[in-house]
Amino acid sequence: MKETWKRFRQNRFAFVGFLFIFLVLVVALFAKWIVPYDPFAMDSTSSLASPNAQHWFGTDQFGRDIFSRILYGAQISLKVGIIAVGFSLFFGTIIGIVAGYFGGKIDQVLSRITDVLFAFPDILLALVIMAILGPSLTNLMIAIGIVYTPIFARIARGAVLNIRDSLYIEAAKSMGVSSFHIMRRHVLPNSIAPLIVQVTLSFAFAILAEAALSFLGLGVSPDTPSWGIMLSEAKDWMEISWWTAIFPGIAITLAVLSFNIMGDGLRDALDPRLKNER
Amino acid sequence: MFAYIFRRLLIAIPVLFGISIIAFFMVRLVPGDTVTAMLGTNYNEAQAELLRQKYGLDKSVVIQYGLWILSVFKGDLGISSFTNEPVMEIIVGRLPVTLELTIISIVFALIIAIPLGTVAALKRNTPVDYSASFFGMFGISLPNFWLGTLLILLFSLHLSWLPSSGFVPISDGLWMNIQTMLMPGIALGTAVGAVTLRMTRSSMLEVLGEEYMKMAKAKGVNNFRLIWKHGLRNALVPVVTVLGIQAGYLLGGSIIIEQIFSLPGIGQLALQAISNRDYSLLQGSILFIASAFVLINLAVDIIYAIINPKIRYS
Repeated sequence: MKETWKRFRQNRFAFVGFLFIFLVLVVALFAKWIVPYDPFAMDSTSSLASPNAQHWFGTDQFGRDIFSRILYGAQISLKVGIIAVGFSLFFGTIIGIVAGYFGGKIDQVLSRITDVLFAFPDILLALVIMAILGPSLTNLMIAIGIVYTPIFARIARGAVLNIRDSLYIEAAKSMGVSSFHIMRRHVLPNSIAPLIVQVTLSFAFAILAEAALSFLGLGVSPDTPSWGIMLSEAKDWMEISWWTAIFPGIAITLAVLSFNIMGDGLRDALDPRLKNER
Repeated sequence: MFAYIFRRLLIAIPVLFGISIIAFFMVRLVPGDTVTAMLGTNYNEAQAELLRQKYGLDKSVVIQYGLWILSVFKGDLGISSFTNEPVMEIIVGRLPVTLELTIISIVFALIIAIPLGTVAALKRNTPVDYSASFFGMFGISLPNFWLGTLLILLFSLHLSWLPSSGFVPISDGLWMNIQTMLMPGIALGTAVGAVTLRMTRSSMLEVLGEEYMKMAKAKGVNNFRLIWKHGLRNALVPVVTVLGIQAGYLLGGSIIIEQIFSLPGIGQLALQAISNRDYSLLQGSILFIASAFVLINLAVDIIYAIINPKIRYS
């Protein structure tokens, strides 16, 4: 663990990504106290004001402070990331471990279901699930969670297949240790490394997916200060106020970029052999 | 070789079958009744019943699925409850737009990815490599809908060089067509280019370390020939697979890009079908997009096996 952390810290790119994510986390947690203006407060006298000393990132069509809304938007993005990825991780890992450990018909059925879900472009699948569930933050998290479950299932299954026939698993089985115990104590810890990397990368996907679905009007409700909603609203105003379209986009890109470079760095740190191959 | 293709086809069949089940039943879960949406303010029970009978909506869902899948085998995806046109005809009519968008995106992606990825590998651990690698990571992280918005802001609203939206078919003028498709192609192709760049770089690095490359260099093969003939040709083999996987991304990404640029493609069609509660059209679009993804991957697997014999014998 210490070695992994040391290797991770040596990767400057990845470490900067990690620090930025930490910053976003702090901003999200303390947004209420940090924001200079109420992100929901409308002010018709200062609508579409360009960036200035009072409103660093300008204001939107309702005179709401874009900087404050972006800080609040970090909450939405991280919330979606944590819950959606947590959902995928939980269900995906269970499905993957069960399929890999038991093999046979169970594996066949679960793997085919995973294959089928993989055949749907993620945005399409999320869109249809959102159309079924209706637009809301909770439903958005469930939709993104369902879409990314097969990835975790596949990774966990692959990790299990690598160790399923190991001597220590055989030994545990012959000693009468229950399947549940073997999966929890021996199989799961051996699947952790690839899953951690996937969690980080999936965060990036989840933030993108939330923004994309909200941009299309099938995500969170329109008054929510989500980065995707802000971009969607900016479409109508950007001709006269470029700042409405620029700053939310920068926020999304930086957050996604940070998770991506951190995920890459983690992969290198957890499995240094891969570093030279990429 | 035929045995390999046969094996891959056998795996694809249950997946395609599964797609049809999910497409059909997922659409049934979308709240709101298609008949109510069709009749709107003119709704009355008698007329609604007639329409339900016409579209087979009065039967049980299992029977509806059975009838639907039988007609799918005959190339009939049903009738759009919104426009009254055959779904297959609507999809085929929209296909050229999505296909063109996909091709332009891939071409754009390759133009960026192959030279940059190759140079990054050749200049490993230099500022050139770091810049290319950063570009690769940045391109993956850049939301395509934001990039599209930025392109519109710059090239349409400020410079007035390109139209911000709309589509002109090739038959109405090639130049006009390219003008409408250029920005969507770039917006959609950038992420694919970034992924392909990273793959080209890593694959090229691997090839550069091979014995035959060292041997060719020792024999005095000139640099261009060495890189082009011996290096890149071998390095591009895994890149083909990545491009295949990316085709799925392009099909998904086209939904949002077509919406931003008002392109009448299949992605936009799926979105319209969702908002109109058009069951037949939505399940037809989903079935089409997902099946296309599976078939593209199948084709890529087969091409990969042809150019890399190790795969088909494993």
